[in-house]
Amino acid sequence: MATHDNTEHVSDATDEAVGWESKLQYFLNSDFVRSAPYWGIPFVLMSIAVYGGIGYNFAISFTDYEGLGTPDYSVLDLEMYAQALSSDAFIAAAQNNLVLLVGFTTICLVLGLFLAILLDHGIRFSEKFQTVYLLPMSLSFVVTAQLWLWMFNVESGILNLVVTTLGFNPVDWLGNPSIALGAVIFALIWQFSGYTMVVYLAGLQSIPDDQFEAARVDGASITRTYLRIIVPQLKEASVSAAVVLMVFALKAFTFLYALVGRYRPPNGTDILATLMVRRAFKFGEWAYSAAIATMLLIMALGVIGPYLYYQYKQGSL
Amino acid sequence: MSQSSSTGSFDVASLVEDVNLRRVAQYALVVFFLGFFLVPLETGIMTAIKTNESVARSLPFAPPVGEGFTLGNIQFALEQLSGSFFNSLIMSIPATIGSVLFGSMAAYGLTMVNWRAQMGVLMLFVVGVFVPYQAVLVPLARFWNNIFPLARMIEPMVASIPFFQGYHAELVPLVITHIAYGIPICTILFRSYYQSLPNSLVEAGKIDGASITKIYRRIILPISKPMFGVVFIYQFTQIYNEFLFAFTLVTGSDAPAAPVTLVLPAIGASTSGIDFGIRMSAAFLAAVPTLILYVAFAEQFAKGLRTEA
Repeated sequence: MATHDNTEHVSDATDEAVGWESKLQYFLNSDFVRSAPYWGIPFVLMSIAVYGGIGYNFAISFTDYEGLGTPDYSVLDLEMYAQALSSDAFIAAAQNNLVLLVGFTTICLVLGLFLAILLDHGIRFSEKFQTVYLLPMSLSFVVTAQLWLWMFNVESGILNLVVTTLGFNPVDWLGNPSIALGAVIFALIWQFSGYTMVVYLAGLQSIPDDQFEAARVDGASITRTYLRIIVPQLKEASVSAAVVLMVFALKAFTFLYALVGRYRPPNGTDILATLMVRRAFKFGEWAYSAAIATMLLIMALGVIGPYLYYQYKQGSL
Repeated sequence: MSQSSSTGSFDVASLVEDVNLRRVAQYALVVFFLGFFLVPLETGIMTAIKTNESVARSLPFAPPVGEGFTLGNIQFALEQLSGSFFNSLIMSIPATIGSVLFGSMAAYGLTMVNWRAQMGVLMLFVVGVFVPYQAVLVPLARFWNNIFPLARMIEPMVASIPFFQGYHAELVPLVITHIAYGIPICTILFRSYYQSLPNSLVEAGKIDGASITKIYRRIILPISKPMFGVVFIYQFTQIYNEFLFAFTLVTGSDAPAAPVTLVLPAIGASTSGIDFGIRMSAAFLAAVPTLILYVAFAEQFAKGLRTEA
């Protein structure tokens, strides 16, 4: 609408500089300007929220802001980053985060690929099964955390029922710091492997059937066919699923919070995201937690940067 | 299984047996994983409808028998959650509509036209999908609490709306926050759909002299109805299930404006531990809206996830 007003305004001044005027008119009639109200409004809103937020967070991380009151921008330094990098809690959280990221992503990809291959060929009602496998993804982390809290229960949880039936002593899944992170990864795999399955199934379905046929005619076994011919073609699906999973592993907060209902997750499962939220909203150490958040953001960008560059080069964006 | 083919002994009987064995194994695995995905849910439901005594005595996944059956837990959980259900819905629905509409508009503006810096703008949207929300939490809390305390400003206005209380004003910043941070993913989802549309649709409109707005309203909106379904379901599920923004902006699980996800981790807990009958009941009640959507529109939900990747 604003474009119309502008064009009229311009045509009033026609007799002066024709070249300049027609250039402007051309510009105002260009798709860029005419489509601007469409992408412009969401873009501004999104930019303020995302990039404004990031910038503000960045600024706060250089101050010493904590508690009530307002941040003081007169002294800006990297003190909070130095403090974080030298604190044991941060290093422990970073280590846990790395274990979570690698373990969760790898197992999710492998299990999802396995499920996709399992359901890809020769299963009746395959779609019904897919629906069930994907169901946990439709639930909130708050809900799944409650379900797994009960599964992991020491006295009457199912996992200990299995363990004791097999003749072992009951395990304190979430109470034992050396097991807790593994237990959390297990529960998250339960929730996410349906997702990787769906991504892989889409990849599998784009591979023409005659490749299976050709391999079969050549006498290759099903296992060999998949390992040698099919799986290598799923590289793109693997990469994009891995990116989503890794970014999730970096920001996973809700599941850990909801397991215990407090800022400190079970011992041995503290990750950067939980550390950041706890420092900010329990202790009011705004600058310190903003510094952790910035580092978290850099790690996430480290994951998605190469991916987007690769996608851009491929022309698939 | 691969041995029979590599040894080269090719009699029909062994081939049939081989195929059958493989299929049996395949189905056995399918059923095993069916169990893997359903056991936590089934156990939760069974625990929700058992009395405390029955929970302590019976196997966790066994259905309640005789006097062990109760609806008391669900009733109690429903009473505890009813207010927060209302909060969750009046927060999620406008937030979903807002982000889906903005996403569609942005995707239209970015696909249907060509200009030079388009890729740069698009990149900013894509990165916005992946940004960990922790990186904006401190600014978000400061913005809505100190810099622009919208909730406090509109509280009297909200209180005068029928069925609403003053505290519901706290949900307005939450809705705006969800819209703003939901725009990137909605844009990407719509963009992938608009790119799959034939160019001739828009070209024809342009030749007829239709304005950009007219093309959007008359051509694009009507044919993108299925995609609206996909994005709406995806986005509603995300926002309804979301926890971190609500946790940051609506402080405390006992706040009257708290949505369901905020209340759930505190339900049924006392000094003597967690009452799992109540906790499981609450978990299922909280999941009901998204479960219904998922069961009814599983294909759309899967499509949303696929497109995201």
